Amino acid sequence: MSAGGPANAAGLRRDALRERLALFSLSLPALVLVVVTMVIPVAWLFWLSFLADDGSLSLVNYRRLVVQPSYGRILLTTFEVSGLATLICVVLGYPLAYVLSQLRPRVANLCMLGVLMPFWTSILVRTYAWLVLLQRNGLVNDWGKRLGLWEAPVSLVYNLPGTLVGLVHIMLPFLVLPLYGSMRAIDRDYLRAAANLGASPAAAFRQVFFPLSLPGLLAGSLIVFILCLGAYVTPAMLGGGRVIMVANGIATDIQMFFNWGAASALGVVLLVLAAAMLFIASRLTRLDRLFGSHGT
Amino acid sequence: MSRDASLPISIRQVAKSYGPVTALDHVDLDIRSGEFLTLLGPSGSGKTTLLMVLAGFTRPDQGSLRFGDHEVIRLAPHKRDVGMVFQSYALFPHMDVAANIGFPLRLRRVGKAEAAARVERALEMVRLAGYGRRRIDELSGGQRQRVALARAIVFEPRILLMDEPLSALDKQLREHMQIELRRLHEALGMTTVYVTHDQREALTLSDRVAVINHGRIMQLDAPRRLYERPATRFVAEFIGESNFLPVEASGGGYCLAGQRLKLPADFVPGGPRLLMLRPERLRILDGAAPDQLNVLHGTVQDVVYQGDTVLVQVLLAAGAAVAVRAASTSGAMAAIPQRGAPVRLGLAPDDTALLADDGFAP
Repeated sequence: MSAGGPANAAGLRRDALRERLALFSLSLPALVLVVVTMVIPVAWLFWLSFLADDGSLSLVNYRRLVVQPSYGRILLTTFEVSGLATLICVVLGYPLAYVLSQLRPRVANLCMLGVLMPFWTSILVRTYAWLVLLQRNGLVNDWGKRLGLWEAPVSLVYNLPGTLVGLVHIMLPFLVLPLYGSMRAIDRDYLRAAANLGASPAAAFRQVFFPLSLPGLLAGSLIVFILCLGAYVTPAMLGGGRVIMVANGIATDIQMFFNWGAASALGVVLLVLAAAMLFIASRLTRLDRLFGSHGT
Repeated sequence: MSRDASLPISIRQVAKSYGPVTALDHVDLDIRSGEFLTLLGPSGSGKTTLLMVLAGFTRPDQGSLRFGDHEVIRLAPHKRDVGMVFQSYALFPHMDVAANIGFPLRLRRVGKAEAAARVERALEMVRLAGYGRRRIDELSGGQRQRVALARAIVFEPRILLMDEPLSALDKQLREHMQIELRRLHEALGMTTVYVTHDQREALTLSDRVAVINHGRIMQLDAPRRLYERPATRFVAEFIGESNFLPVEASGGGYCLAGQRLKLPADFVPGGPRLLMLRPERLRILDGAAPDQLNVLHGTVQDVVYQGDTVLVQVLLAAGAAVAVRAASTSGAMAAIPQRGAPVRLGLAPDDTALLADDGFAP
């Protein structure tokens, strides 16, 4: 009994605190994991990027990124490839997600298994599979010649198109999943209301369904784009040395030149750019809620 | 270009089944031009299916549907030119209030200035003037309801459909909106088809009510007739409270416990009948019974005070239990006998409703 204070106030406060601590302790294992495997290495990377070869603090690693044109090219290629892959994913994934969202849930779930199937195979296996299919005397070239589509073997792999095919294959589910979710969440009454008010199916899609699916499309595109930024295996195997993205550049810096500082600086730049993209996109989605087309 | 404010609707032999389930069983219904007609029924009765057929969202298996002189049963929803208020309101979340209401006008290529004026007029009509720039998620349930209504009437459709538009509102707001809907209907005069499962709402709003069950129209009548002269036990059960007693036919009339019943002047005899007793139409008799009343004898089983009224449970001498609703004024309460005491109940001939026994038992 605390003298003078309101009845049980201190005790109740302690109970509340204890409950919060108990909840917090549940998240502790995950928190430790994230700190050990993510926060500390990233901080270490960050630190390394500011060290010169002799161990002194300097910006030499970043200066190299600016001065040497090869690094600029790597960054440009990275954004180009990621942007193209995202675009192709949108073109392929939007209609797919739309069809899935219009099916009965049971059928849609079955089809969704097909979309998710690639997840059950490792990226390496899938990339090798494309290699087999697309190489000079691979299945695709073989059939193309047999059907008379082309005479000489076409270079389908060890270049940008090959890399894009591999990337899109891996990334498509990451676009379709959030997009499908947001399309499913669009109440059918919205489309009925649009029709009732005089909108043809095309107009209802354009003016109601598409705007409402935009947040899902944006989320999916963003996930795909950012995952593409960090792609390593696909450009390494299907790019044939012609498609060098940031992750490949980092690997070269470490494996060939043992230059941890340069590699770290490249990693930090990629991290910052990805974070900036995320930030801008989150701003956009917030705006998206606000812009609500203004009336007549 | 002048045109009528409303159109009659003619429904002929419209049927729809989902596998073995019959949603609409060859429905025939004529809705007069400018009428406020309510489809009333329990959930799964087919009332919403019928409304969806009118709107064009459900394709029936057969039948004919005419708006005025035009057969519309195969017409796509966006060509039907009917307004509709959805149960969920279905206001587009990515548009503000004015854009929502202006949506049908934009589709009809109404000029910007005129559209803006019409949107403002519609907002005034639902008492939301000045709300045009609000986002949908900034509105309360009642305001959303009004916006949905404004959007449904802004393009001056001659037919307005409403699917339980008030079911998401709390009781007080609902009763307020019922009065508003009546006012709007009087002002605009469009033919209105309203779906609800709330019998009081149906009675409050409608010119006529169609009671629906199992995809069939059980009775189509004005509210007062529906309440006082239900055709069947199902209708009587669904609208208001009531107790039912079997009566015996004898010599062109009907008897209850050996006593010949005094019946309404317009009563048409025929077939086995049930006597419907509405609790508020029974009177506890004090002193001498007036001759013109039917009198029932019983004992008081329970007296329950319910605020605006008192519910008295009476066990009739014939063995059946009936409920009597009395005013809760102190005078009326003083006249209610104690529990276990004998009581006489009076029933005016006009309130002595005999109805067909359709075997329905809840």
